[in-house]
Amino acid sequence: MRELSLNVMDVAQNSVRAQADLVRISVEESDREDFLRITIADDGCGMTEEQVQQVIDPFFTTRTTRKVGLGVPLFKLSAEQTGGSFDIRSQKGVGTTTTATYVKSHVDMTPLGDINSTVEILIRCNPGIDFVFTRSTDLGSFTLDTRELREVLEGVSLDTPDVLEWIRAYLTEQTQSIIGGADIP
Amino acid sequence: MKSLAELKAIRDKARAELDLRKENPNAARVLVGMATCGIAAGARPVLNAFVEEIAKRGLTNDITVTQTGCIGICQYEPVVEIEIPGQEKVTYVKVAPEMVSKIVNDHLVNKNVVTEYTIGALTN
Repeated sequence: MRELSLNVMDVAQNSVRAQADLVRISVEESDREDFLRITIADDGCGMTEEQVQQVIDPFFTTRTTRKVGLGVPLFKLSAEQTGGSFDIRSQKGVGTTTTATYVKSHVDMTPLGDINSTVEILIRCNPGIDFVFTRSTDLGSFTLDTRELREVLEGVSLDTPDVLEWIRAYLTEQTQSIIGGADIP
Repeated sequence: MKSLAELKAIRDKARAELDLRKENPNAARVLVGMATCGIAAGARPVLNAFVEEIAKRGLTNDITVTQTGCIGICQYEPVVEIEIPGQEKVTYVKVAPEMVSKIVNDHLVNKNVVTEYTIGALTN
């Protein structure tokens, strides 16, 4: 994957397939402390301990269309190649939380890329699911919670074109306020 | 700043247009393959290109763009399937953002399949 935001899109879809109602995505980073941490947490069907071990194996998948499952292994590799760490915790019937921690300054660090586009596409393509996206840097943080938007929208779907446009503008604006200068997005 | 008041205005406008949207059983669907293989091959800019092109032409009520999983032809990703009610599904392969406006114009608007971009053209 060329951008970590693409790994996020990929792994978040596991949450969608696990029939989650709520998916929390957070990107925390600090230049001062030289780390970036991505967390994807869902309230989907969860996995047994044995299944958790299996998803780390690239030659395991629940699909029948092909024999490999690279989503989680690629995400894990992206973190570990920076000297960071990777963790999946899951409980059957409760949900799954995936955490990837990166050493930001490492030469093998993949850029985060357009994370806002990932969030927008996830909302666009899964208007029935709620997403909570949080991003924090040394300069501050913001949260987009589709449950709050739903309250205002009173039944109007999140995938209405004007709503998606509002979401995109909101994310752009908020991102600019917590990212100093050059590296946008 | 983007405010919730603005979102309320969007809600009221959307409600006024809602009937129009619901009454459209003939809406076409654009399905972009967005599993690991599709994403790695560049599906996200392709999906965004469809969304932009369709918005530019004012067709958001007639065409929906959404993602789908892997259909097992990872070597041909990014794969885009187009479903128009009453017509056979068409599968485009190795789609790049530059190809999108032609697909929207020729296929979705004028109902002429862009044969050279389809899976049939590639495997023959």
